Amino acid sequence: MRFDLRGLAVSAVLLLLIAVAGAVSLSSGKFPIPPADVMRALLGGADENIRMVVTEWRLPRLLLACLLGGALGLSGAIFQSLTRNPLGSPDIIGFSAGSYTGALIVILLFSGGYYQTAGGALAGGIATAACVYLLAYRRGAQGFRLIVIGIGMSAMLGAFNAWMVRQADLPAAMSAAIWGAGSLNGLSFEQVFPVVAMLVFITPILGALSRPLRQLELGDDAARTSGINATRLRLMLMILGVALTALATAAAGPISFISLAAPQIARRVTRKAGVDLIPSALMGALLLAVADWVAQHAFGVQLPVGVMTVSIGGFYFLWLLIREARR
Amino acid sequence: MTELKVTGPARLCVENATLRYDERIISRDLSVAIPDGSFTIIVGPNASGKSTLLRALARVLAPSAGAVVLDGKALAQYQSKQLARTLGLLPQASIAPDGITVADLVARGRYPHQSLFRQWSCADEAAVEAALAATGTTRLSARPVDELSGGQRQRVWVAMVLAQQTPILLLDEPTTYLDIAHQIELLDLCQDLNAKGRTVVAVLHDLNHACRYATHIIAMKDGAVVAQGAPKDIVTEQLVENVFGLPCLIIPDPVAGTPLIVPKGRG
Repeated sequence: MRFDLRGLAVSAVLLLLIAVAGAVSLSSGKFPIPPADVMRALLGGADENIRMVVTEWRLPRLLLACLLGGALGLSGAIFQSLTRNPLGSPDIIGFSAGSYTGALIVILLFSGGYYQTAGGALAGGIATAACVYLLAYRRGAQGFRLIVIGIGMSAMLGAFNAWMVRQADLPAAMSAAIWGAGSLNGLSFEQVFPVVAMLVFITPILGALSRPLRQLELGDDAARTSGINATRLRLMLMILGVALTALATAAAGPISFISLAAPQIARRVTRKAGVDLIPSALMGALLLAVADWVAQHAFGVQLPVGVMTVSIGGFYFLWLLIREARR
Repeated sequence: MTELKVTGPARLCVENATLRYDERIISRDLSVAIPDGSFTIIVGPNASGKSTLLRALARVLAPSAGAVVLDGKALAQYQSKQLARTLGLLPQASIAPDGITVADLVARGRYPHQSLFRQWSCADEAAVEAALAATGTTRLSARPVDELSGGQRQRVWVAMVLAQQTPILLLDEPTTYLDIAHQIELLDLCQDLNAKGRTVVAVLHDLNHACRYATHIIAMKDGAVVAQGAPKDIVTEQLVENVFGLPCLIIPDPVAGTPLIVPKGRG
């Protein structure tokens, strides 16, 4: 009865779709490579040039799309579950805007490189999360207050970010804007390893907390009497969620919509109550991999994937707001 | 109809506790014992500290001074899950996750009996089925909780607490949202559970229900216990006037012989 067959099936199908998207993504581009050659290149065979294009140019980008998409999906699932609200996702409640602020400060004031920018984004995201948490804190940070304060914070930071970019001289403003669009362009294996290391650290902890997280959805009193320290659990989950969003933002810039939509789409497909971590992560990976492929190939020019997700996300957000307002 | 109940010494008691929400003190130096095996009902006017006491008994609210003690050990010293296998609480407000089915919700009551490595067992299955049957919600089990009526929903929440299979049950206004027939049905259920050996503690607004069903009444006013004992022994016209400010007559309940409160009103 409790063996979740549908969840398993959905996860298997998502994995398959990710594999298909990956194969398409690896074989398409300026030098189209047939899938058979892609396979051979991945296994270490094939022509040297083909191998370089597949494993050194396209593979890291695909891996990052999947890993970061998964991280964003997880982060969204955590916050939507904590706030018990489909709007409670880290990109809506200011964490992405805060990460961008951190990155802007590094780029514009200290003209930092990739790693410094990533560090700035991490610090900015965490500082914003701490601010939102403390401002929303009243005997534990509750869902709705957190969202409203987060949206306000996001707006303020957005204004500040725009002001910072306007103050900067042209080249710096350009590079800040490019970073701010959220893009996987030009990423290599050098950026894959830190992401993998962080995920290897975070996901087992999250796995252990997933059952208590579901119990927390019943309300604090009910969770407490079933043997959960609600305040501590919520704090730990928030830290993990912020770390996951900051990880993605640090690596690729702010990419919105994935953490907002992935858990909700996953939920509709699995037809499960509440949010479910594994399908959310897989859905996030699939969405970002597909969005990145579309951004690269669909318009003749390479667009930053963030632009892609923002424009799809806008429609989704509108639909969500209308639906929530009608309830 | 009167049943003889064996009520033993208290497993669960409050010792000189101060209960507060931040700066607002609800009870000061409160001491209460819940007789083991009793059906204890806490009554009192609004804002008398009934629910606060119940929350303290369930360790949802930690006393800022004094202690709540279970089997000689302060609640604060228990491991959360161990405590959750002894004490179950039906809170006043719970949230059903969007789209959850009745069976899934009731199954979540099994949380304290499970662990990361022991997730779902036959005992869990049996407990959920028994809880659904006891609350008359078996035929609702595949329905989403969102679609149920208030009364059905309340019974499902009770089922979730029952599935937790704790020897002590704490219920915060379990009859709210229920029509009169379902109120009685629920109280009958509590009485059955009590007869089968569970200690039941409930906060109730209806004094007559309290008198009919309780083996032990705790009457509260302004955060303090005004009277406690068997309904027959303590519920008097003076007590009701004193605690609720309600002039009334008390006559024997024609069905059960327990005290029946008839308000005088303005005549």
